[in-house]
Amino acid sequence: MYLDANIPEGPLEEKWINYRSKMNLVAPNNKRRINIIVVGSGLAGASAAATLGELGYNVKCFTFHDSARRAHSIAAQGGINAAKNYQNDGDSVYRLFYDTIKGGDYRSREANVYRLAEVSTEIIDQCVAQGVPFAREYGGLLANRSFGGVQVSRTFYARGQTGQQLLLGAYQALARQTSLGTVQMYPRHEMLDLVVIDGKARGIIARNLLTGALERHAAHCVVMATGGYGNVYYLSTNAMGCNVTAAWRAVKRGALMANPCYVQIHPTCIPVSGDYQSKLTLMSESLRNDGRVWVPKKKEDVEAIRNGQLKPTQLSEEDRDYFLERRYPAFGNLVPRDVASRASKAMCDEGHGVNISGLAVYLDFADAIKRYGQSEAGSRGISSPDEDTIMRLGEGVIEKRYGNLFEMYEKITGEDPYKTPMKIYPAIHYTMGGLWVDYNLETNIPGLFALGECNFSDHGANRLGASALMQGLADGYFIIPYTIGQFLSGEIRTPAIDPDLSEFKEAERDTRTRLERLMNVNGSQSVESFHRRLGLTMWDFCGMSRSAEGLTNAKEVVRSLRDEFWNDVYVPGKSDQFNPELEKAARVADFMELGEMMIEDAKHREESCGGHFREEYQTGEGEALRNDDDFAYVAAWQWLDGKDSILHKEALHFDNVELKTRSYK
Amino acid sequence: MHMKLTLKIWRQEDKDSKGKFESYEVKINEHMSFLEMLDVLNQELIELKKDPVAFEHDCREGICGACGLVINGRPHGPLQGTTTCQLHMRHFKDGQTVWIEPYRAKAFPVIKDLVVDRSSFDRIVQAGGFISVGTGQAPDGNTIPIESDVVEKSMDAAACIGCGSCVAACPNGAAMLFTAAKVSHLGLLPQGKIEHHGRVATMVRQMDKEGFGNCSNIYACEAECPKEISVDTIAYLNRSYFGSTFMSDLSP
Ligand SMILES: Cc1cc2nc3c(=O)[nH]c(=O)nc-3n(C[C@H](O)[C@H](O)[C@H](O)COP(=O)(O)OP(=O)(O)OC[C@H]3O[C@@H](n4cnc5c(N)ncnc54)[C@H](O)[C@@H]3O)c2cc1C
Ligand code: FES
Repeated sequence: MYLDANIPEGPLEEKWINYRSKMNLVAPNNKRRINIIVVGSGLAGASAAATLGELGYNVKCFTFHDSARRAHSIAAQGGINAAKNYQNDGDSVYRLFYDTIKGGDYRSREANVYRLAEVSTEIIDQCVAQGVPFAREYGGLLANRSFGGVQVSRTFYARGQTGQQLLLGAYQALARQTSLGTVQMYPRHEMLDLVVIDGKARGIIARNLLTGALERHAAHCVVMATGGYGNVYYLSTNAMGCNVTAAWRAVKRGALMANPCYVQIHPTCIPVSGDYQSKLTLMSESLRNDGRVWVPKKKEDVEAIRNGQLKPTQLSEEDRDYFLERRYPAFGNLVPRDVASRASKAMCDEGHGVNISGLAVYLDFADAIKRYGQSEAGSRGISSPDEDTIMRLGEGVIEKRYGNLFEMYEKITGEDPYKTPMKIYPAIHYTMGGLWVDYNLETNIPGLFALGECNFSDHGANRLGASALMQGLADGYFIIPYTIGQFLSGEIRTPAIDPDLSEFKEAERDTRTRLERLMNVNGSQSVESFHRRLGLTMWDFCGMSRSAEGLTNAKEVVRSLRDEFWNDVYVPGKSDQFNPELEKAARVADFMELGEMMIEDAKHREESCGGHFREEYQTGEGEALRNDDDFAYVAAWQWLDGKDSILHKEALHFDNVELKTRSYK
Repeated sequence: MHMKLTLKIWRQEDKDSKGKFESYEVKINEHMSFLEMLDVLNQELIELKKDPVAFEHDCREGICGACGLVINGRPHGPLQGTTTCQLHMRHFKDGQTVWIEPYRAKAFPVIKDLVVDRSSFDRIVQAGGFISVGTGQAPDGNTIPIESDVVEKSMDAAACIGCGSCVAACPNGAAMLFTAAKVSHLGLLPQGKIEHHGRVATMVRQMDKEGFGNCSNIYACEAECPKEISVDTIAYLNRSYFGSTFMSDLSP
């Protein structure tokens, strides 16, 4: 299959502007007759549905949540990037573009990334106008902070609740369109199949989660904004409900999945505390602005700390290894996530981990508290302040910046991070891979679009912090409203699609059969237990570090686990009623297939890049070793039931940046 | 530390059935979260091929607002400023009996067991809880400077997670704190001022239509709000609702 990314001609800086001004439009009177289904109401889905509604299309928006406001985007903490250069520190659209390409380890498309950087500035304006209470300086202007992998300060934030505030902005825009009647909301509805007619996406099968009834919904096109698949690992920072089902159903209908093995492991999460653990909690990357990451140098200190004879605060400076600052002096604690995660893992593998399981490093704020305390004392005119005053003032500054994160940490661990360093460890956080889309955000199935985390488009092999919110909103507010016209302008004569067409009935029947099959296994093991086992296998063999041998083995394990699942899973209740266990079962069934494809992708990519680290391909110093000659392409996979997936390649061309070995030293 | 608890959990098949408390014993560990304790119970029930307890949850980090159980009579349990999902078992005692119920309010019908329907909140927001600005119409973000104190106050109100514990806590089942928080979040900002009075009127009207009770200033809502939203927002709403005398008064 030839994959045409449909990248417009012309110089990088002019592609989007020129393309946008020459695009096909749909006249207002025609828009009213065109129906669009948006699946998902997170940042990407809500912003898209609201904007498409504003434009005059008839929009139906689906979410499995009880309200659009509960989408997983709500949990994003740290911030959103934009090339505003308000700090006058040398930022620009080009620099944001360059940082993103480099951060993604040269595995993303130049044209898409440039456009993302370009529209980033409009996002901030839009959100401010919607009433998003971004943090402000004393003079009343917007404040910024820094995130990993960059040397400018371009991240906008609303305390540690940026995702919440941005989502509420989009949710309110959506609520406004709902009240105006342009958007019809379908909460507690889960998409369980995609309907393709004559090669075009024309609708979905959705399950009403309250009644269990299957519904057929038809439209001229379908936009999916259904989030990432990090929960294939069971334990991740994602919300419990995050899943791949919508995207996977599209894959089963012929959509391609691009770079599924690119997953992001976030360095700063609260470590696992026991085998009952249901999810992992992120401590925002913004903490690395002020927190220093370290482990004890000496093994005897590690021992003493683990068995409680020594406190980390008692360890002298010489006995601490600030390993990120040591290994990466230029970026220090703010190296990109993949680099920080691997470095932490390496320290733990060498036996320096600071909790009982040996899988934790420190994130320490003592220096920052002191530094801020001193400067705060200075600005309040307190001369020669005592230690307590400094600490108190410094803690105040830290509280203002990260208060809710510190509180969250304390609630979970029972330890006070103002007084003792946090313990952190890497965890699965984000999926760069996703549905393959072209420059229009259209998948290889005409009329099927994918936005936000569920597509693969902008982050290459590693995403920089604060860029997912940016991408979700760029896709939804500023890109899809234009690019969808490229498809819909050809559909103005297409009458409303009939949901009684045979394709709809077949898809509904397939879905019913699948659900009944799950119900009828009537085995002895819970869905949860299968999910945990799948997750462990994926984490051990397709997680932070991968090898050909491990992956080969894992593929067999996942296949047999899948067989076992279909022979021995037990789903209580009935399919025609509210049944959360059945919802989970259908999702886990899809994860089982996705897992295999991820393993396949990880195995075929014989290089290390970004979040994908193959043990066989590393430098003498343990850094990722890319292979641009053989692997500078997007790997787009086609699923075939019962067979190996087929690989299609989209070559990546770098005309504006030079391919270099990423260095943060 | 391991602990043994007796759980008295409200079980109700669906909206129309009559519910009742069922008793369960669980053996757990103090580091678990409250919801992980329910996970453990559900795993045991599933192994016995019994119906697991339905409860709502998603983020499990106190931000999505999906969880929300009445634990020993208090929405979100005993800890101040904490959602159910953030509550850990170290705050309970070995051997304790724990009563777990759904939110009880006319405007929140029970769907099953501990899951309730809170879509009335969405409709209150749809009635006017927004600023009317279309995509692409916005001026530069720094065009209107906003005092950082004002933004902070707005943010205090905007922190509402829409969980509904304010309604569950209120003897009248009022949704005043929820509505007031949204009105304050938007109304305090210069961008939200223009529609402020209309917004207050339409949101309050919808709130009444949904069957929420009247606010009689009992303030149980504030005490139980996991995000510690202040009842000052209610005073702000009332001032806006009952007249324009205090219109220029910024502080809620
Ligand atoms: C803890 C945490 C913190 C983060 N912090 C940041 C940060 O500071 N900055 C940053 O840039 N990024 C951050 N991220 C990443 C970012 O939050 C996500 O990538 C982004 O919000 C995803 O948005 P989305 O709209 O694509 O998907 P989501 O918000 O996940 O929304 C998916 C939507 O699809 C719906 N859906 C899914 N499947 C179906 C189906 N089958 N049928 C019907 N509906 C369906 C869901 O109901 C939901 O409405 C963070 C992520 C996590 C986990
Ligand atoms: S589960 Fe999201 S707030 Fe508790």
